[in-house]
Amino acid sequence: MSTKQPDNFGFGEDETMLRDSARKFFTDNCGADKLHALVAGDFNPHRESECNWDRDLWRQVVELGWTAACIPERAAGIGMPRVAAVALAEEAGRVAFPSPLLATFMASFVLEACHTAAADQMLEAIAMGKPVTLAIADIAGSPEEVETDVRVGADGCLSGSVCLVQDARKCDALVVSAGSETGTGLYLVDLGAEGVEIVPDHIIDLTRDQASIRFDGAAAIEVGAPGSAKAVVEAALPAILCVLSADMVGAGEWLLQTTVEYARTRIQFDRPIGFFQAVKHPLVNVMIEIDDARSLTYNAACAADVGADHALRLARMAKSRASDMAVFSASRAVQFHGGIGFTWECYVHLFFKRQMHSQTLLGDGRHHRHLLAEELISSAA
Amino acid sequence: MAQAQHTDTAEQNEFRAYCREWLENNHPGWPDVPLPQGALELSDPAALEWLQGWQKSAFEAGLIGCDYPSEVGGGGRENCQLIANEEMLAARTPYLPNLIGLGMAAPTVFFHARDSVKQDLLPKLFSGEEIWCQGFSEPGAGSDLANQQTFARRDGDNWVINGHKVWTTLAHFASWMILLCRTDKEDKYNGLSYFVVPIKEALGKGVTVRPLIKLTGETGFNEVLFDDLIVPDEYRLDEVGAGWKVAMTTLSHERGAGPMVTPASGGMSTKEESGVSTGSPASLIALAKTQARGGKTAADDPLLRDEIVKLIIRRQAFRQNERRARVSALTDHPMRIPLQNKLVSSELNQDVAQLAYQIQGAASSLSVADERAPDGGQWQLAYMNSFGITIAAGTNEVQRNILGERVLGLPKSK
Ligand SMILES: Cc1cc2nc3c(=O)[nH]c(=O)nc-3n(C[C@H](O)[C@H](O)[C@H](O)COP(=O)(O)OP(=O)(O)OC[C@H]3O[C@@H](n4cnc5c(N)ncnc54)[C@H](O)[C@@H]3O)c2cc1C
Repeated sequence: MSTKQPDNFGFGEDETMLRDSARKFFTDNCGADKLHALVAGDFNPHRESECNWDRDLWRQVVELGWTAACIPERAAGIGMPRVAAVALAEEAGRVAFPSPLLATFMASFVLEACHTAAADQMLEAIAMGKPVTLAIADIAGSPEEVETDVRVGADGCLSGSVCLVQDARKCDALVVSAGSETGTGLYLVDLGAEGVEIVPDHIIDLTRDQASIRFDGAAAIEVGAPGSAKAVVEAALPAILCVLSADMVGAGEWLLQTTVEYARTRIQFDRPIGFFQAVKHPLVNVMIEIDDARSLTYNAACAADVGADHALRLARMAKSRASDMAVFSASRAVQFHGGIGFTWECYVHLFFKRQMHSQTLLGDGRHHRHLLAEELISSAA
Repeated sequence: MAQAQHTDTAEQNEFRAYCREWLENNHPGWPDVPLPQGALELSDPAALEWLQGWQKSAFEAGLIGCDYPSEVGGGGRENCQLIANEEMLAARTPYLPNLIGLGMAAPTVFFHARDSVKQDLLPKLFSGEEIWCQGFSEPGAGSDLANQQTFARRDGDNWVINGHKVWTTLAHFASWMILLCRTDKEDKYNGLSYFVVPIKEALGKGVTVRPLIKLTGETGFNEVLFDDLIVPDEYRLDEVGAGWKVAMTTLSHERGAGPMVTPASGGMSTKEESGVSTGSPASLIALAKTQARGGKTAADDPLLRDEIVKLIIRRQAFRQNERRARVSALTDHPMRIPLQNKLVSSELNQDVAQLAYQIQGAASSLSVADERAPDGGQWQLAYMNSFGITIAAGTNEVQRNILGERVLGLPKSK
């Protein structure tokens, strides 16, 4: 099946308006200076694990309807296409927004693909602003093996543990894959419940939190029947990879523009350093990689929206290019800021660390290329 | 770049159906003489003549010059060249021989020549009857294009031209040249003027064309010497001293970033079944499957697989960038993607052909003359020729300067 994709990638008036209002909201509320004050108070490399975010801003985000935007109408959402979530994720990445937004998008894509009453009920809660995260990855971060160490007991309660859960301490609930005799299913757990312990990781990215979660007879609601997890996650994966890629695109653009601004104003040898081609040309290369990643991301999200068979393939392409771009944009930004770029003081490190975190999350560039090779090279005539 | 609609207009829809049907019945097939990989290397008059026949029939059918007004021989349509190009690409038609004429001379003449000149010259340009060439580069004016030394001296209603052009593609077949030259030695930029010059009729009388041999051993470009060539003033484009401005129209189209869409045919030099499409990752995969590697094939080598997939992704990104560039709501700066066009596509083609060397291993030492060369040695030839494109039309280093300066706003390197 080749489903025709619209020439505007599905960005109609509503999606564009949503994006523009998000950009304005972030410009008004989320300057890099404020972000630095919020998340970078403690520079000690051995500091306690932190979770710094602005709950009040999150409440405003909910009021603006962002969590409801892509929830289907059957679950009291607005029913916008996934490109709307991509647009919001890109804007959030542009300010390295510390929030459960990305995690909640990802969890909602999985819940939407469950098509069960229990899942739809949680989607309604998400539309109202409940932050929910997702645990489907193994320790290498690969979402291909939905098999986690969590088991469902005869009583329907969970035991075992999951790792690498994003923004766990900002969320109220968790969607987790868990196994039983009859196969791997998907379950919903209240993160404040009895028998649930959040064990925070010490991570480098200051704009996120991450944790392992231990279950010891934790009560859970089945949202996807045993045996369904693999198919459900696969259906949701294109959109999941796209919002993460979009975050990297946004952060990449901030790194590019900030570095360009610095290169225009920092004078050495009587000229702005952006005059020198050893600075100018790599910045152009960063721009090219961002544009590639951005177009691939929109295209993949649009393919997922129209239900194209190859949406996952396109999303892997987007994640691969975006991950490589993330590393490149981050490294050039630090390098071209010189000594100041190497300090805690300079805001660049906030985005640098977010990019380095995102690029390996849910599989780095090479991981996705490996899977693409299986599909594209092994099948080509 | 022309702003295309989000969905085809009624005119575009109808035109697309027409093109498709015409191409189904009128694909020209393939000539008895071999064609070089691209029009830049055309040197056999028989090959040229055959291709001119193809261009003429496509023009007469209305697939070339679609968006130009009918007074100058165009189709008088709106945003339809893109449609014709897509259909010709899908039909895998041969390339068009008059590529400098269609891509650079036509828009420049159209935007800057007087009406009588447009009406006179453009129809035969579109039909391919008259081949055009571009006289910009000189021994001392390459990347620094404004450093023109070829001089046009005014003599009543005429201009007398003396100078030396190099790398002039297709000058050996050309009837006309678009010429950038100096009319004032005091002012580097405002001292330039722009002419269209009938060179074929002046061969031996003020114009000498000498072939230059390319690194591949092929020819296709030349040096052109002017010795008191007399050109009437009506062939001047725009004002005296406005040559740089006119040249910008040429260059923006040359780099795929101008307002007129260049008529482009399928770009093929051989029938697909009998030839390899260098530049295409699919052909690269097919090649890899034929190359033995330790009991398996090159297509099983994990390092090569990673590189192949990287190129597939870049190709896909290029295509999606072209689509996104047409949606103004999704571009921050209108020239950001169009100005990447030639830079990105030429490096992509170069990297694809380079990877073919690694895939073939030592067999990549074989040339097109060796019958044991995988895919007829076309990859090696394509790799060598790919430098033509990373150098021509403003080198890719110059493209990076332009992007850094015009799009990112970094200080000028001049
Ligand atoms: C296949 C082919 C076909 C061509 N066809 C035509 C034609 O039909 N008509 C025509 O007029 N010309 C044509 N050209 C010429 C082409 O436009 C020039 O070769 C090109 O502009 C470069 O000029 P140059 O060769 O003098 O190199 P130079 O300008 O001397 O450049 C040499 C090297 O220095 C680098 N360099 C120069 N300046 C800078 C700078 N400011 N910053 C960074 N790096 C710099 C260049 O990128 C290049 O790597 C053709 C060239 C080729 C290869």
